Amino acid sequence: MPDTITINGTDHTLPSDPRVSLLDFLRHDLGLSGTKKGCDHGQCGACTVIVNGMRINSCLTLAALHDGDDVTTIEGLGTPENPSALQAAFVEHDGYQCGYCTPGQICSATAMLDEIKAGFASDASESLDGEMEASADEIRERMSGNLCRCGAYANIVAAIRDVASQGETA
Amino acid sequence: MRPFDLQRPDSLEHARNLSTGETATLIAGGTNLLDLMKLQVEVPERVVAIDRLGMNEIQATEDGGLRIGALVTNTATANDARIRSDYPVLARAILAGATQQLRNRATTGGNLCQRTRCYYFTNIDQPCNKREPGSGCGAIEGIARLHGVLGTSSSCIATYPGDMAVAMSALDATVEIVSADGSERSVPVRDFHLLPGDTPWRDNVLETGEIITAVTLPALVEGKQLYRKVRERSSYAFALVSVAAIIAMEGDTIARADLAFGGLAHKPWYDPRLSDLLVGKAPDAALFDSAADLLLENAQGYGENDFKIPLARRTLAAVLAEATETEL
Ligand SMILES: Cc1cc2nc3c(=O)[nH]c(=O)nc-3n(C[C@H](O)[C@H](O)[C@H](O)COP(=O)(O)OP(=O)(O)OC[C@H]3O[C@@H](n4cnc5c(N)ncnc54)[C@H](O)[C@@H]3O)c2cc1C
Ligand code: SF4
Ligand code: FES
Ligand code: FES
Repeated sequence: MPDTITINGTDHTLPSDPRVSLLDFLRHDLGLSGTKKGCDHGQCGACTVIVNGMRINSCLTLAALHDGDDVTTIEGLGTPENPSALQAAFVEHDGYQCGYCTPGQICSATAMLDEIKAGFASDASESLDGEMEASADEIRERMSGNLCRCGAYANIVAAIRDVASQGETA
Repeated sequence: MRPFDLQRPDSLEHARNLSTGETATLIAGGTNLLDLMKLQVEVPERVVAIDRLGMNEIQATEDGGLRIGALVTNTATANDARIRSDYPVLARAILAGATQQLRNRATTGGNLCQRTRCYYFTNIDQPCNKREPGSGCGAIEGIARLHGVLGTSSSCIATYPGDMAVAMSALDATVEIVSADGSERSVPVRDFHLLPGDTPWRDNVLETGEIITAVTLPALVEGKQLYRKVRERSSYAFALVSVAAIIAMEGDTIARADLAFGGLAHKPWYDPRLSDLLVGKAPDAALFDSAADLLLENAQGYGENDFKIPLARRTLAAVLAEATETEL
């Protein structure tokens, strides 16, 4: 599949200018403005998207190097009528104030719950092996790549814990 | 970002041919290079993407160690079952760095070669001998909180910011390098990064056109492995001081003590004298104090970072106490 990228199930042609970040490609070229630009330097997580199942900062990667990749953005996780479990939980728990960091938080949390299921360890894990728990400490550490300027952290953690305890991620 | 040509070879041989020339820069995960290209700290005319070259496996070596390909992500290394069980200091160091999003992209080679976080280096309006040789060092009389206290020079006091390489230094790992003409060489991680001296623009021993292909870990070592990182906030921050330690006891005395330090110098700091001092002795607070005396013998603060000297002392003592189960 030369020069195409799949975004939320739809194929798109990659930009010809190699400078275009995946973030600018999503927002500017495709009008998928759900993914946000906070810092553009990997320092805030607002631009988090899921590429081939892994969450990454879309600001620090070149779109041109993603041919053949499968990208999920906040628009691909659910809709207002049919939200994902995490989207619904963020509404339920007031997991935001201004909402700017929220798409990044939800994309990040979606992948994070899968990582816990897959047994990925974190800096907060007592042991590197065995089953990982979605405890509050684990969630705080695993979500540390998503800053919230409004400080809605307590409710963000509550929303994620709620979904983790339901045992579903999407 | 300045315009550049993007090339994406699909063999190492092709990449070697492309990576020659001062104007070409390799890109792996891109999390450091693109950050610096946006700031125009790095302005390559050609960027050679090496993401199609394989080098993304962790393999057992003949002598019982592991060979981690240059393109293995930090996430894959930290979650590899063999790394977790036999080299936990490496898994812990990686997990203490950056964030999951960044570790998912960051690679072995890119992490080793990541550049300093000195604020003057990343701001092209400021003087910096590393970025612009001869322009002066803004940090020496300026804001130097993140800066070095060991092995600094009058031209640069920057620190190597990474965590992974600190653990690799304690483990005495080896960097495998291929040059443009196809010849190969191996360099111990302990010798890979350079001190700034009067050539601060050189971070490490790589010559133009050289590509890191892997890092090899020696066979499993006996002992307790610890990584302790002290930072401004409990996650998503670079080390002020970090210690990687592999400590083994035999009865009541220390039988092995391999220690490396982050946040103190332009390279992961490894001082072989520490092992000589500690091995064969019974652990106690006085011994830990004399280890810190030796480590910090020639330490020099630059005002804002003076605190790193007592912090390194306390962090070393805490790690040694934990590893040897000694009450302080
Ligand atoms: C906000 C933020 C916080 C961070 N916090 C931490 C932290 O706490 N601890 C930590 O350790 N790191 C931290 N990092 C740094 C991160 O770990 C590095 O950016 C990453 O490891 C670089 O890997 P990469 O593959 O993306 O490198 P790239 O950006 O692709 O490359 C970096 C450099 O390495 C060179 N290079 C890459 N591969 C090779 C190769 N095979 N051979 C020769 N040269 C090569 C490139 O030419 C380039 O100069 C942080 C980064 C950010 C943005
Ligand atoms: S410490 Fe080194 S990197 Fe920082 S301004 Fe001085 S010369 Fe530049
Ligand atoms: S916009 Fe990408 S991390 Fe801030
Ligand atoms: S809700 Fe405003 S930044 Fe998080």
